[in-house]
Amino acid sequence: MEVDLITDVLVIGGGSAGCMAAIKAKHANPSLRVTVAEKAHAKRSGSISRGMDGMNIVAVPGISSSEEYVESMRIRCDGILDEELCYLMAAESYSIVKELEAWGVSFTKDDSGNYQLLKVHPKGRFLLPMVAPDLKVILLEQMQKAGVDIMNHTMAISLSSNDQRVTGATFLNTRTGDILSIEAKSTILATGPAGRFGLPSSGYLYGTYECPANSGDGYYLGYHAGAELTGFEYTMRSFLIKDFNGPLWYIVTTRGGKVFNGLGQELAADHLSSNRLISDVVVNEVHDGRGPIYMQLKHLSEETIEELEGVLFTTERPTQKKFFAGREIDFRKDWIELEQSEVYLCSGHGITGLVVDANAMTSLEGLLAAGDVAAVPMQHLTGAFVFGSIAGETAAKIASALKTEAVERKSSGHDRVNSILSQRGSIQLSSFEHKLRRMISQYLPSPKNEMRLRTVLSWIERFRNNFLNLAVRDSHELGRALELESIMDCAEMSAKASIERRESRWGLVHFRTDFPERDNQNYLKHIMIKKDQDTGQMTLFSRPPQANGRRRECL
Amino acid sequence: MPLEVDERKCNGCGICEEICPVDAIRLDKNRKPYLKYDECWYCDSCEIECPEKALKAKLPYLIE
Repeated sequence: MEVDLITDVLVIGGGSAGCMAAIKAKHANPSLRVTVAEKAHAKRSGSISRGMDGMNIVAVPGISSSEEYVESMRIRCDGILDEELCYLMAAESYSIVKELEAWGVSFTKDDSGNYQLLKVHPKGRFLLPMVAPDLKVILLEQMQKAGVDIMNHTMAISLSSNDQRVTGATFLNTRTGDILSIEAKSTILATGPAGRFGLPSSGYLYGTYECPANSGDGYYLGYHAGAELTGFEYTMRSFLIKDFNGPLWYIVTTRGGKVFNGLGQELAADHLSSNRLISDVVVNEVHDGRGPIYMQLKHLSEETIEELEGVLFTTERPTQKKFFAGREIDFRKDWIELEQSEVYLCSGHGITGLVVDANAMTSLEGLLAAGDVAAVPMQHLTGAFVFGSIAGETAAKIASALKTEAVERKSSGHDRVNSILSQRGSIQLSSFEHKLRRMISQYLPSPKNEMRLRTVLSWIERFRNNFLNLAVRDSHELGRALELESIMDCAEMSAKASIERRESRWGLVHFRTDFPERDNQNYLKHIMIKKDQDTGQMTLFSRPPQANGRRRECL
Repeated sequence: MPLEVDERKCNGCGICEEICPVDAIRLDKNRKPYLKYDECWYCDSCEIECPEKALKAKLPYLIE
């Protein structure tokens, strides 16, 4: 295989975690070449293209402790977690806040200058609001300042490896159609979640809660290279503004907003905001015929409403202002209808991802992972930054110590692209995607049973055959077609992991009507997935959660 | 037509086309942007990044 470019640290994905990893790798050793490959443009890509209104997990000394955070996570994850990762994230969260402040990010403080923390976890107060509509712009500036090489419109299509380790990746330039292979001493996956997964109820393919560019690419890449993955049975759905599909719940309920059912009965807000089962309470209301669910703000003070508008209309999904105006909804007075989002896989809110250790290393030599693609449970933006930092530092250490070796590498990137380009298909890309994601929405999420989950698998088999008849018109659509392969793989992994967990856990996230009870005796464990590199088969196994441990010394 | 471009203000710089998080925007032969792919996430990055305030992004019809 020919190599087009050689670098030391290769970061795949220029979102929050990827940018942070690149900056930290360069800070750790400025003489290293650090390259970020981003499939859109690093200035406004990833989940926080329009900024973020808070870091959900910050353990501010004297307010809440890392121990309290781990205690919260034990409750939220129902025991399926590696505690050291959660502990480490909380322990390092405060120094990340300090660093972001030095870069110009502003966090909310009270009149006496203390951080204003909100309670959204069962124990402790960890949500630190921030005013950061241009967070990505700030990260880009820091990357440029540190001397990171950035390649935009460059999508990873396969990881390369030799017998011992991951040696880089092959990319598609989605503008030109060129294939490019990059060799690296260490490679960091930071590709985000599978947010473009289930079909939103609006029917609009790109109307997803998570950024639709996040199509599970990293899960695909890691899986095919042989990395261990976990948590695919954690099929998330969030409660969001109906049709708009953007967030409102935490931002409003933490500031006194009220939630009502369709009969006008108020649902207890403090209970809803701190309990993992919030959406279960609400979903049951809808299921029992007491929907729709609404939010109301009119009882709030002018000051609070202004604060809310300041957050909601400037940051993360600011177009909700246009949305309310277009629907003639007075945000301050009217009922705001909420609805459950499409199903998605993610470790930012859920637990899905590549297994990583405390050094952000995956089970494969030379491959690291950070952000929503790595299985640090419910890590939000904090995890992207903390483990992005750790991944960058570890990758720099590895690259600094490793001599370049001339070894035979293998990569399947060219094959993937050539097989799609050689077909003269007739199925329109959007029709294929609509049907695939509709089937995912209809058969994968709770309530689950084995028959429903096997229906997903039989559909995926069908879709894999149909894929050979897909019509692809240009290099942009080629990239989209490759993303559909990620979505199919994610659906297969999710259905198989869901079948394997023959119990119910996490409320309505994984509720099996054929196994409605929790079974701690047999299932207090991670369901793991790995591709057998000899047979090519998807294999599932399990391992117990790690109760504690120390940060592993690499090298 | 989700992108409304004020052709008098637009200087054809192409920033919107560069930075779209889903890479759905392209420039026509006069270097005016249009939404080539029906993939808008209605994030408004194009609108906010436009140095000439020449661009308005409308919500996709299925969402508005």
